[in-house]
Amino acid sequence: MSTIPPPAEVEGLDQYKFGWHDPSHSVFTPKKGLSPDVVREISAIKNEPEWMTKFRLRALEIFDRKAMPNWGGDLTEMDFQDIYYYIRASDRQGRSWDEVPDDIKNTFDRLGIPEAERKFLAGVSAQYESEVVYHSIREDLSKQGVIFCDTDTALREHEDIFKEHWATVIPPGDNKFAALNSAVWSGGSFIWVPPGVRVEIPLQAYFRINQENMGQFERTLIICEEDSFVHYVEGCTAPVYSSDSLHSAVVEIICKKGSRCRYTTIQNWSTNVYNLVTKRAVCHEGATMEWVDGNLGSKLTMKYPAVWMVGPHARGEVLSIAFASEGMHQDAGAKMVHVAPDTSSTIISKSISKGGGRTSYRGLVRVEPGAQRVKANVVCDALLLDEDSRSDTYPYMDIQAEDTSIGHEATVSKVADDQVFYLMSRGLSEEEAMAMIVRGFIEPIAKELPMEYAVELNRLIELQMEGSIG
Amino acid sequence: MADAILKIEGLKVAVDGKEILRGVDLEIPQGEIHALMGPNGSGKSTLAYALAGHPRYEITDGRVMFRGEVVASADEDETLEADERARLGMFLAMQYPMEVPGVSVLNFLRTSLSAVRGEEITPRAFMKEFNDASKLLEFDKSFADRYLNEGFSGGEKKRHEILQMALLKPKVAILDETDSGLDIDALRVVSNGVNTLRGPDLGVLIITHYTRILNYIKPDVVHVMFEGRIAKTGGPELADHLEQVGYVEFGSHEEATAPAAH
Repeated sequence: MSTIPPPAEVEGLDQYKFGWHDPSHSVFTPKKGLSPDVVREISAIKNEPEWMTKFRLRALEIFDRKAMPNWGGDLTEMDFQDIYYYIRASDRQGRSWDEVPDDIKNTFDRLGIPEAERKFLAGVSAQYESEVVYHSIREDLSKQGVIFCDTDTALREHEDIFKEHWATVIPPGDNKFAALNSAVWSGGSFIWVPPGVRVEIPLQAYFRINQENMGQFERTLIICEEDSFVHYVEGCTAPVYSSDSLHSAVVEIICKKGSRCRYTTIQNWSTNVYNLVTKRAVCHEGATMEWVDGNLGSKLTMKYPAVWMVGPHARGEVLSIAFASEGMHQDAGAKMVHVAPDTSSTIISKSISKGGGRTSYRGLVRVEPGAQRVKANVVCDALLLDEDSRSDTYPYMDIQAEDTSIGHEATVSKVADDQVFYLMSRGLSEEEAMAMIVRGFIEPIAKELPMEYAVELNRLIELQMEGSIG
Repeated sequence: MADAILKIEGLKVAVDGKEILRGVDLEIPQGEIHALMGPNGSGKSTLAYALAGHPRYEITDGRVMFRGEVVASADEDETLEADERARLGMFLAMQYPMEVPGVSVLNFLRTSLSAVRGEEITPRAFMKEFNDASKLLEFDKSFADRYLNEGFSGGEKKRHEILQMALLKPKVAILDETDSGLDIDALRVVSNGVNTLRGPDLGVLIITHYTRILNYIKPDVVHVMFEGRIAKTGGPELADHLEQVGYVEFGSHEEATAPAAH
C-alpha cells in the first residue's frame, strides 16, 4: 500500500463546497506520466483480454500522433507527464456501503450519495479515482435483464455485447482526447437495456477525483435495445488543489429502433480540473436521444454532446446550461448530424457568466445529402452578470439537403438594472434578486430535470452566486 | 390632521447629473389618498422612483421621512436600499413593470411576501391570501403559473401591480400612472382594488396625468407638479378644475382629460 504525500491545498476557495479532500491511501499507484508501459500495466492489473490491451496500445499511438486542438479553450498549460493515469484506492468493489472502505465511504456520505440512493434512484455506481468502488442495482431491474455495472466488469462478464458495441460510436481516432481515454480508460458505467424494457427511475453514477494531479478517464457505454427507455444521471466533483487534474471521459450511446435514452450530467468540478469529454449517441429509426448537460465547474470544459440520427424519424435533443465564474471557461455546445430523412433535433443552450468567467457556445448542425424533411432548431441565450464577463457564440451549419427547416436564434443579454430594482422594490435583497433572475433564465432546462436534480442545480447556482454582489 | 406617514421635505433629485426635482415638499397623512397631477416632464415619475429607491435617481438635497424616520436624503448613510424600504412598508406600483422570464407569478409573489414579512410563509397560508387577492383583481387560476409580466397585456400588468399591493399590505403606496394604457374594464378593476384596500392605515399617492382615474378613486387632496416643484395643492375640486382648463395656468398646453379610448 503506498501513500501519496498530502497535496498543497489552495486557501480562500471555500466557496466551492466540494473542495475538501480525504487522505489518499491507494492500494496501487503507478508513477506519473504516460508510456506504453503504463498502458500495459493498467491492462495487466485489470487482467484484460489481449484484444483490449492491443486496442489501448493502438490508441496511445494515435494519441501521440495527434496534435493538441488549437481551438476552443487554452490547453497550453496542460502537462500530460504530470498526471497519474491510474490510481486504485480500494482492492474490491462494494455491493453495500458497509463493504466500501471507511475513508472512501465518508467521502460519498459527505456528498450525499447513499442518502440519494435510498430516496430516488434505481441503481448507483460510485467511482473514486480510477475504479468503481460501489455498485448496486435494484433487484427488479436485474430480473428484467437490465445490465448496469462498471465498464471493467462488463468487459469481464458480458464480453460479447461489450465487444459488439465498444468504440463503434467514438473510435480512438476521433480526437486526441478520445484517443487518450481509449488508451488509459478505467471505470465508467455500462448499461444494457433489453428490448421493450423501460427503466422508469434514474440510474446514477457519481465520479469523484480525490488525488492531486489525477487523471480520471471513465468510459461509459449505454445500449438501448429496441423500444426500451433509460435515464442515466451522473454527477462529478473534485477537491480544490493548486495544480491541475484532468477528467477526460468518453461516453458512447446506441439507441436502437424506437428506443429513448436520456443522459443527464451535473458537472461541478473544482476550478483546477480540465474537463475534456467526448459524448456521442447514434439513433436508429424512430429513436430519441436527449442530453441534459449542466456545466457548473472546472477550469476549462470542452464538451459537445452529439447525436447522429442514422434512421428515419430519429430525434436528438441537447439542453445545456453553462455557468462560468472567475477562473472558468465553459466551451460547451452540441452537435446534431442528420444522416437520415425525417429526423429532427433541438439544441437549447443557456449560459451565464460572472466575475470574469467565460462561456462559449459551439455548435454544429449538419444535414447530409438526401436527408430531406429534416427539422432542426437551435436556441442559445447568454446572460452576463457583470461587465468583466464574456460570452461568445460559434454556431456552425452545414446543410446539404434542400427540403429542410432550420431555425437559429441567439441572444446575449445583461441583467437589467431595472429588473433588479423591480425585484428589490418587492423586498428581495440585491443578491436574491440576481439569483431569482438567473433561476428564471435556466428554468426552461431546470424543469426538464428530475425534481431532486432541479433542486440541486438551483442550490449549486445559488452557491456560485454567493458573493457576486460587489 | 393625522400624523404624516410620508413626508417629503425640500427634495431635489438628479438623473444622470441633470436636476429634475427642484425642491418638492409634500405630506401624506395616514389614511388619506392624494393625487399628484401634472403635465409630461414635470417630474412626477422621478418622484415615484426616488421614493422607492431606484439607484439611478440621486438625491442631491432634502429628505424623505417615512413614519417619522429618514429613509432617503443626500447623505448616503441615511438612505435605505429599495428592498429595505419595501420591508418597512413602502410600495410603488410601477408604470412599466419589468418582465422576468422563467420566474412564475406564484414563486415571485411568495418570495416577495416572505421577504417583506421577514418570515417564510407556508404554501397553504400563502395560497389563501393569493386566492383572495386574485379574486379582488379578477385574475383566473392559470395566471399563477405565467412568467412574471412576460406577455402580459397592459391591463394585466397594472392589475398585477395592485394585486401585489393587496398581498404586501404596505403602509404607503405610490401608484405611478397606473391608469395609463388601461381600457375602461381594467380601470374599473384596478380602482375597485385600490378602493377596497383604502383604510385608516394606508396612505396613497396616485400619480397621474389625467383626471380619469380620479373619477373612480376619490382623492382627499390634489397636488399639481410643474417643473420639479409642487405648484398648487387643493381639494378634489382642483382635479375638476384641471379637467376643464388643462395645465394652461402652469404654462403648459396639455389637457388633463384622457384622449378618447380606442
